[in-house]
Amino acid sequence: MALDSGAAHLDAAFVSVRDLTHSFGTVEVLKGLDIEVRNGEFLVLLGPSGCGKSTLLNCIAGLIEITDGQIWIGGRNVTWEEPKDRGIGMVFQSYALYPHMTVHGNLSFGLKNQRMPEDQIAARVVRVARILQIEPLLDRKPGALSGGQRQRVAIGRALVRDADVFLFDEPLSNLDAKLRAELRVELKRLHAGLGNTMIYVTHDQIEAMTLADRIAVMRDGVIQQLATPLELYDRPANLFVAGFVGSPSMSMLDGRIAGGRFHVGGQSLALDGYEGRAPGTLGAAILGLRPEHIAVAPAGVEGLSAVVELCEPMGADKLLWTDVEGRKVSVRVPVETSHPRGSRVTLAPAMGKASLFDAGTEARL
Amino acid sequence: MPRPVRLLRNLQAKLAMAPMIAVALVLFLGGPIWTLLHSFTDSRLLPRLRWVGLDQYERLWASRKWLVSIENLALYGICSLVGTLVLGFVLAALLDRKIRFENTFRTILLYPVALSFIVTGLIWQWLLNPELGIPGVMRGLGWGAFDPLNDPSLVMYGLGVAGLWQGTGLIMCIMLAGLRGIDDNIWNAARVDGVGVVKTYLSIIVPMMRPVFATALVLITSGIVKLYDLVVAMTSGGPGISSEVPAKYVMDAMFGGQNLGQGFAAATMMLVPVVVIVVPWTYLAFGRRKRG
Amino acid sequence: MSGPRGPRPRRVLSRGNVFVYGTLMLVSVYYLLPLWVMVMTSLKGLPEIRMGNIFAPPVEVTFQPWVKAWAEACTGINCDGLSRGFWNSVRILIPSLVLSIAVASVNGYALSSWRFRGSETFFVILIVGAFIPYQVLLYPVVILLRSLGLYGSIWGLVLVHTIFGMPILTLLFRNYFASLPEDLFKAARVDGAGFWGIYLKIILPVSLPIFAVAAIIQVTGIWNDFFFGVVFARPETYPMTVQLNNIVNSVQGVKEYNVNMAATLLTGLLPLAVYFASGKLFMRGITAGAVKV
Repeated sequence: MALDSGAAHLDAAFVSVRDLTHSFGTVEVLKGLDIEVRNGEFLVLLGPSGCGKSTLLNCIAGLIEITDGQIWIGGRNVTWEEPKDRGIGMVFQSYALYPHMTVHGNLSFGLKNQRMPEDQIAARVVRVARILQIEPLLDRKPGALSGGQRQRVAIGRALVRDADVFLFDEPLSNLDAKLRAELRVELKRLHAGLGNTMIYVTHDQIEAMTLADRIAVMRDGVIQQLATPLELYDRPANLFVAGFVGSPSMSMLDGRIAGGRFHVGGQSLALDGYEGRAPGTLGAAILGLRPEHIAVAPAGVEGLSAVVELCEPMGADKLLWTDVEGRKVSVRVPVETSHPRGSRVTLAPAMGKASLFDAGTEARL
Repeated sequence: MPRPVRLLRNLQAKLAMAPMIAVALVLFLGGPIWTLLHSFTDSRLLPRLRWVGLDQYERLWASRKWLVSIENLALYGICSLVGTLVLGFVLAALLDRKIRFENTFRTILLYPVALSFIVTGLIWQWLLNPELGIPGVMRGLGWGAFDPLNDPSLVMYGLGVAGLWQGTGLIMCIMLAGLRGIDDNIWNAARVDGVGVVKTYLSIIVPMMRPVFATALVLITSGIVKLYDLVVAMTSGGPGISSEVPAKYVMDAMFGGQNLGQGFAAATMMLVPVVVIVVPWTYLAFGRRKRG
Repeated sequence: MSGPRGPRPRRVLSRGNVFVYGTLMLVSVYYLLPLWVMVMTSLKGLPEIRMGNIFAPPVEVTFQPWVKAWAEACTGINCDGLSRGFWNSVRILIPSLVLSIAVASVNGYALSSWRFRGSETFFVILIVGAFIPYQVLLYPVVILLRSLGLYGSIWGLVLVHTIFGMPILTLLFRNYFASLPEDLFKAARVDGAGFWGIYLKIILPVSLPIFAVAAIIQVTGIWNDFFFGVVFARPETYPMTVQLNNIVNSVQGVKEYNVNMAATLLTGLLPLAVYFASGKLFMRGITAGAVKV
């Protein structure tokens, strides 16, 4: 196996999934999936539950049998290798700490099993404990730890393996919001410090946006878009990605394109400045607008006429829920503005940041 | 409005529970005390309170039949405890390996649990029949004489084989429920750590199942102490007195020998293992909950 | 793209598989052999049993042993077979089943939803009581039954089964009722239902599976009982197990192994039928009290 690796694969991809299919019974959970993860990259697999993201991670780890395709890690075809031989460390959602062992025992168990000399084990455990600031906890058992501490230990157990790739399976989803935010920052710092390749599964888009170098958005076992967080946010590849990423989510106006203008109900909007290539005419199109890319324009400026339905104060700003020709459109406005219920406003979208989709294919135009 | 009297709160619930409270207090608390008290008397055909101190206990521990009973029970107990725990756990672990025909195997391994000890005893009595049963077949194959039910040194093992046949299924079931309760990710973590299957069982799964083992231990022990039906059906205590057990000693003293006092003393001795094993377990099981 | 692709190749006869299936099959033989021998023996004639191998199927199938076991086998002076014991067992089983489940389910309901000071203590005494060897409680029960005039009667046995079934069944019902959403109970109280109203109209209808589990425990438990039968019944009221033991282990006459095995099978038939019909409920029944207290 060592012979056919090497020379042929000098590409930068460190983890490479090729034509991966995983079936469960007759259901294809993953369908001919390809993905390349670069060395040192933090890749997030994002998607709703049941989209196959955890399955993909488990396939990479070798914890579930694949139906077809190949997995390469570090230039080695590891498709048939045991998880322990793949050079990976993994962190699980349920922590999966060994409850009867101390933190020290949890961290050192895998290494002892590899028959590593005691002094080396001790050195590694101390180093990892220092990185994660769990030194005072080494003699405790998992039962005596808080959720955040347990998750640190679980991360520590992956780190001591000195693996090339770290896999995270929704590691923060069992924690409360505050702890989640704290550990998120720590994970980012950890990645910056270690520089290892990390693959991280989550259904939380904030985690994805903040942590990732690149995000792969998945649905029904297919990658919908693989891009940097900003690219994903500004130029979603299709309707699904557009709707899934961003909170509050993108407002969708269904209409048609004719004469270089987008028509919705009785109103229309010039498409000047749209980044993509919008066709001159299209029978069914969808215009996607993020709340912060719409301005409430003074009277006389060209825009969409809307009726204010509701105003949600968010602290830093306010969210205005309006009705445009029977479609809901949300607009982010400064706190100090005042728009009473029922009042009429003109919305001026920034076309350069807007997204247009073909209503039939749902793809971005 | 006057404050309601506390005793009358939840009156219907208290009334509904009256039978249970009566059973708990009169029988389960009062019964052992009554038996204990009468074990200090010389009751013969009928119970009477004529005190004789520890006479009954002295006679008990001087009786060869009682000593043999205790020895037999210890031998049977150790074999059955170790056998049931090991076999029960191994079978549960095998069934838990995501195998084909799991339901079929489980059905086969569990059906003896549904049978009466008398039925089990009579089946194995026939299977171990010296001329026509397994010993006869083995002799026919030239494997030497072997007659567990009539050989005083083997008879308890004969009972043990039957007891194991009947009792392992229950323990296997409990172990299987325990194994199914273990997070799959523990297995995944162990695989990533490169721990082999056998080692994962021994160094991770078994320690995690300590409470399940404790429960199994309690169930098996209380079953061992009660051992009676199987002996009656298989050997009636024979050959001679070589398969006598304490429970049978009590019954013989009470109903055969019209020696109630002796029976009460022996019955009281049967309480000892229960107190030693079950009471701490109950304390742990219930005390822990109260604190949590 | 070269090298391994797709699923890891697996050998059907890997060491692990051989061990797993090999062990299971070996143990299955240990478990099935007695049943096989029992059925085969019961279908053979006595001469064939004396001549042949215990494991061999009958050369000539005969149902005579079954007929004899059911209607003709003797215990003492009675020679009407196991049928008498069978009907005694039925007459013991049905009232015991109804009474014990009724009492225990109400206990469990009161313990889970209407706790009062001391209720848990009584419950703990009850649970510990389940582990007390019957011999310790035997004579107090004899006194109780004598004073009620029930000693030796079917109803005396019914009472004994109700009492000794109480710990495990109460535990079963208490745990199950405690797992029902508490808001269900609260909502019913706000709606003005009382102790019995909530039990009959809310708790009972949503708890039928656990009643089935309790019934399985009791049917097999009571049917299989030997100890209480032998102590608290008279020869005319002996349950089937006691009569079976008397038939098989009687010292008089020639040992008729085929009749004995037919009688043993007949006695085991009802619990086996319950076992095979109830499937996973049976498993739930026997592990009910064991896994969580």
